[in-house]
Amino acid sequence: MKKGSSEYEKLVQKAERLAYTAIFLMAVCVGLLLLKIYDPTLSIFQDKKELVVEVDEDLIVDGIHIRTGFVEDVGLMTVVNNCTNCHSSKLVIQNRMNADRWNATIKWMQETQNLWGLGDNQKIIVDYLVKNYPPVEKGRRLRLTNIDWYELKK
Amino acid sequence: MERRKFIKKATLTSLATLIGTEIVFGSNMFKDYQPVALQKPDPFKLFHLDNEMVVLNDKPWNIEAKAHLLDDKITPNSKMFIRNNGLIPTEIDEKNWRLVIDGESVKSKKTYSINDLKTKFKQHTYQLTLECGGNGRSEFDPPAKGNQWTIGAVSCATWTGVRLKDVLEDAGIKNDAIYIGYHAADTHLSGDPSKEPISRGAPMHKALQEETLIAYKMNGKKIPLAHGFPLRLVAGGWPASVSGKWINRISIRNIEHDGTKMKGTAYRVPKNPVAPGDKVKDEDMEIIESMPVKSLITYPKSGVILEKGRALHIRGHAWAGELEVSSMDYSIDFGATWQTCTLEKPVNRLAWQHFEAEISFPKAGYYEVWARATDSNKSAQPMLLPGWNPKGYLNNACHRIAIKVI
Repeated sequence: MKKGSSEYEKLVQKAERLAYTAIFLMAVCVGLLLLKIYDPTLSIFQDKKELVVEVDEDLIVDGIHIRTGFVEDVGLMTVVNNCTNCHSSKLVIQNRMNADRWNATIKWMQETQNLWGLGDNQKIIVDYLVKNYPPVEKGRRLRLTNIDWYELKK
Repeated sequence: MERRKFIKKATLTSLATLIGTEIVFGSNMFKDYQPVALQKPDPFKLFHLDNEMVVLNDKPWNIEAKAHLLDDKITPNSKMFIRNNGLIPTEIDEKNWRLVIDGESVKSKKTYSINDLKTKFKQHTYQLTLECGGNGRSEFDPPAKGNQWTIGAVSCATWTGVRLKDVLEDAGIKNDAIYIGYHAADTHLSGDPSKEPISRGAPMHKALQEETLIAYKMNGKKIPLAHGFPLRLVAGGWPASVSGKWINRISIRNIEHDGTKMKGTAYRVPKNPVAPGDKVKDEDMEIIESMPVKSLITYPKSGVILEKGRALHIRGHAWAGELEVSSMDYSIDFGATWQTCTLEKPVNRLAWQHFEAEISFPKAGYYEVWARATDSNKSAQPMLLPGWNPKGYLNNACHRIAIKVI
């Protein structure tokens, strides 16, 4: 093979590669352009978790602490700060206990669940819970309530 | 969902102030979307749930069904209750997952990959009833601590896997074996890696039952993450907490397993009956084994308005822990008289059984249909709450639905 023609071929190959690269880059550009048109915020590239915008942590609307759903009353933030780190506020709200049983529950959480010592805050927390989430008398069986009446289709 | 409705309402009025930025396409957003700023991960999407499922707790995730959602003979994933004591593991490498069989009473400690289990042992499929020990807790008075389950913490899916018995025997069981205890990959709520959220088990006679599986499939597919992917111990008819999820180790013990939630009051009831609210010492409590007889009317949904003269078809499921349900009755006069329902045999031991009946109402008015199952030991469901216990377990009181005939 002649030296000259080989160099010529190399040149052609180089030009070819350049052309392919250009085509590829153009395709990428078109793709990005389309993406920008159909998904202006480029949301598909964002991790869903990072989309979370911080809400005002202390916000209260109509007597309800928005972040946790707790009722606004003396001791609210003490409850929020001590009782929602490991578990959801939903677990607290659905439980109805008197002071004795809350104190026993706190002791159990300290013994088994790594809850820290609450000091003077314990009374504030228990008072808040007993006042705002008192036990409801249910007897041996409640009557059916909140019945959603509907006509049965034939 | 009440919480959802509430948040939506609050959001509509004050979204802009909350987030402090303009929301593009905000006007289209409210139909079925909660702004990300206010939401934790959406469990309905996360776990592919029916939109009528009820979220009791979002950390840890605890979600239950309603009676009418459980109408399917085989419970689909979308209507299956989710119970967690800790945090669901996030990264699971199925290929490199290992199950270790160890303990004081194992002849030789062995380790299996999932592929080992699938190739070394015979595969079995059973439909198995799993009910949370605390299902029905919300009805106890005085209230019991914990997630306030109503009636929906029960399911009956098909589980496919290998018999625990076969695997334990492959490793070898010493004569002094008493109990097995599982260990799993979930995380303690406090994040403390030295603590296990739950590590329960069963006595050898339950572990060696034919239907007790190390399962890798639920309803014919890989087990959904929330239900224990890639391996779940499944022990039908016992509190569902025995059926450990994400299991990576099973110990054959020469003592009653002493893992987390085996001691104290967890999954235990008083040995002797107590008055409501009584304090019971730990040593006076015993571990719950077989769940009691129970049933649910899954069709129709409570609240039917029916024209006078028209018959009502009802159907549902009944189960009885280790036992079989031998008869099924309904009453429309608060237990004064009972009528018999047609009752099917279970597809296999420990699967729930289906019942149905045609009811005619004598005159117009308000009725309740009460359903009552009786097990093969002649134990029936009580109409009132059964014996009170400190943690609110084993409420198998009759289910009922409201009917108005006009």
